Amino acid sequence: MTEFKQLSQPSLLGIRGLTRGDIDLIHATAKEFKDVLNRRIKKVPSLRDFTVANLFFEDSTRTRLSFELAEKRLSADVVNFTAAGSSVKKGETLVDTVNNILAMKVDMVVMRHPHPGAHHFLASKVKVPIVNAGDGTHEHPTQALLDTFSLREKLGQDLNGKNIAIVGDIKHSRVALSNILALQQLGANVRVCGPQTLIPKHMDSLGVEVSHDLDETIRWAHALNMLRIQLERQGDGGAVRFFPTLREYTMRFGLTMERLAQADKEVVVMHPGPINRGVEITSEVADCHQAIILNQVEHGVAVRMAVLYLLSQHRPDGTPSMVV
Amino acid sequence: MDDQVLIPSEQFELILDRLAHQLIEHHDFSVTDLVGLQPRGSRLAERLQARLIALTGAPVRCGKLDVTFFRDDIRTHEKPLTPNVNDMGFTVEGRGVVLVDDVLFTGRTIRAGLDALLAHGRPASVALAVLIDRRFSRELPIEPNYIGQHVDSIGAQHVKVCWKEEHGFDRVMLLNAKPS
Repeated sequence: MTEFKQLSQPSLLGIRGLTRGDIDLIHATAKEFKDVLNRRIKKVPSLRDFTVANLFFEDSTRTRLSFELAEKRLSADVVNFTAAGSSVKKGETLVDTVNNILAMKVDMVVMRHPHPGAHHFLASKVKVPIVNAGDGTHEHPTQALLDTFSLREKLGQDLNGKNIAIVGDIKHSRVALSNILALQQLGANVRVCGPQTLIPKHMDSLGVEVSHDLDETIRWAHALNMLRIQLERQGDGGAVRFFPTLREYTMRFGLTMERLAQADKEVVVMHPGPINRGVEITSEVADCHQAIILNQVEHGVAVRMAVLYLLSQHRPDGTPSMVV
Repeated sequence: MDDQVLIPSEQFELILDRLAHQLIEHHDFSVTDLVGLQPRGSRLAERLQARLIALTGAPVRCGKLDVTFFRDDIRTHEKPLTPNVNDMGFTVEGRGVVLVDDVLFTGRTIRAGLDALLAHGRPASVALAVLIDRRFSRELPIEPNYIGQHVDSIGAQHVKVCWKEEHGFDRVMLLNAKPS
């Protein structure tokens, strides 16, 4: 049966606000887009009447590429904007910048912004769907959706009772919060693991376990999501501030084959990229068969296609969004 | 006027047998594949596939094609459209294809199906087989090659095909209103 379902939200501002049904719908749709991406012609005409603006007020390589590919494979027209070299430098406000772009008849905005909550603010000011491609250290919902999609493919659709650990720089990571919320919606047990200085206070208020022992966490976990140390967010021009040295961090929290071998089961290794080989994860682990890092990247395009497709179809009042 | 039964169970089987024989008469299934349009056309395609295998004693390939992403009413349809499973498993490059659907009405689904099919290769030829042809209601210049039964109906009516696998019996009904 063709089922009629839609997302509960007109925009994807974060995982917070999504229901379990929303996540399931995005994953089910992404599965069909994954099939599209494996055909000879990897393109469908679903968004050919849509123009999407990618607004990146912060650096990004894979997320921007992934969104752009997703948009192009849906046949949408794409305009790209990066803050460097734009009128933002001349003092234009965020709302003015976006309204100017929308005046050129843009139908959807994908935005990355360094300020947490920038998307919520913008969503209250403009009428088009907004997709959060990362807001500072707050949320990165599409990353969490693709991480959980990859996990469900690897561990089975039912993540209920599965133990998932997020390891590393939790404090500066938007991937961590979105992943925690998404995994909890899917019924998984979530634990964060890292040095005390890189785990925010009151972490337990989110209902996650906190550990400072990687070896014990590896034995507990079905999957490990290894986060990068975000030197650029630590201030002082990239100097190490939250632990004595990178070498010490690697000794205690770096994932090696020897450490992985302690587990009595095959632990799935994930990494949202970019990888700092030899810091949070060794090259051998990153390239071993337990790592699904490149699957995550592949699924990123399919999941983003699903998000864009479903948002383009959203009808707030139940009526078609475009009446001819 | 009450809802009426267009095709009762006994006749349903006969029609499928006839369609299978017509297909064998005109196609060599060593170079031709069946492709059912999701969701209900693939049910008919699978039934025909079983009959063709029984009649020819040779394998016949059958794919399931979802046309949702190729529809022309994605944003104008009264409700959001979510995709069905697409399960082709083979390319149709250089092959003959018999597209299969349960009910042919406006022709728009078939138009989307032709587009969707091209993503799986360039077929040598495409024919169309349908269980029910609702005549005089076409919005596009599309006509079937193989027809189970013609129906003359008005736009407000709805043809409902019941399948043994789904409803427990085979039957085609003409309803006076679209079920909600």
